[in-house]
Amino acid sequence: MKKWTRTGDQVLGRFDRQEAAVVRGLVSQIQDMLLARAEEAPQDELAELTGIRTGPSTPPDDPILGRLLPDFHRLDPDAPDPAEVDSANALRSLHEPELLDLKTGVAAVVLDTCPPDGGEVRLALDQAEAWLSALNDVRLALGTALDVQEDMPDELPPDDPRSPHLGVYHWLTWVQETLVEAVMS
Amino acid sequence: MTTPVEHERTQVDPAGEEVRTEDRPWQTLVWNDPVNLMSYVTYVFQKLFGYSRDHATKLMLDVHHKGRAIVSSGTKDKVEADVAKLHAAGLWATMQRSS
Repeated sequence: MKKWTRTGDQVLGRFDRQEAAVVRGLVSQIQDMLLARAEEAPQDELAELTGIRTGPSTPPDDPILGRLLPDFHRLDPDAPDPAEVDSANALRSLHEPELLDLKTGVAAVVLDTCPPDGGEVRLALDQAEAWLSALNDVRLALGTALDVQEDMPDELPPDDPRSPHLGVYHWLTWVQETLVEAVMS
Repeated sequence: MTTPVEHERTQVDPAGEEVRTEDRPWQTLVWNDPVNLMSYVTYVFQKLFGYSRDHATKLMLDVHHKGRAIVSSGTKDKVEADVAKLHAAGLWATMQRSS
């Protein structure tokens, strides 16, 4: 992978076979998690009749999904205000279906535009923006799984089980950073 | 990177402040997060809110150094929509009533 470059309204990148497999694999995994969450949405006749979809009112148990689908209020983890919990649950139920659509949608853009065997990636600006969101979701997921902190070292001790995955995380950080630079240039 | 010098604005016109709070009863907050890139957060503020590069950078630095920043305010509907957009971008955003 070389740095992304912008030419006019197009952003260009190039991935080798292994890099493309990593990007596609991680994006697919996130997309699967989000689609599974979407399946949990309550189905009711009223929703079908009105076309107003409602999602689950409670946050996901899984910390990765929890980070991708945050609450609308900052709740005190020890003593949450019951009125705020009710409000957060109602807002989640109202907004989560669209959020899931958007997140699975940006994942689909990556899967459509990143060649499975690697090669050139040529993106229109709206596709590049979708890539930014999708890469960010993958980094949030990995960051949550690896318990990434502000002062994360470049490498962990070799006996740390997170060690091999941290390299992927840092590489994705670089891919996203250079894509932001290209889009904003 | 250095921390910009902040001067707390003194409230010279309490009545005026009150009116403004009434006008803008809800606030959108973005919280610091160890994963989100500073450049990406700045880009998101520019793109979603149409803020200048300088203003977006200042808000991003507030989030980074102070742990959070108020990035927009207004009616409940407006702020709710702003939080939803920030969630789609992957930022950790919440909403609260202006105090």
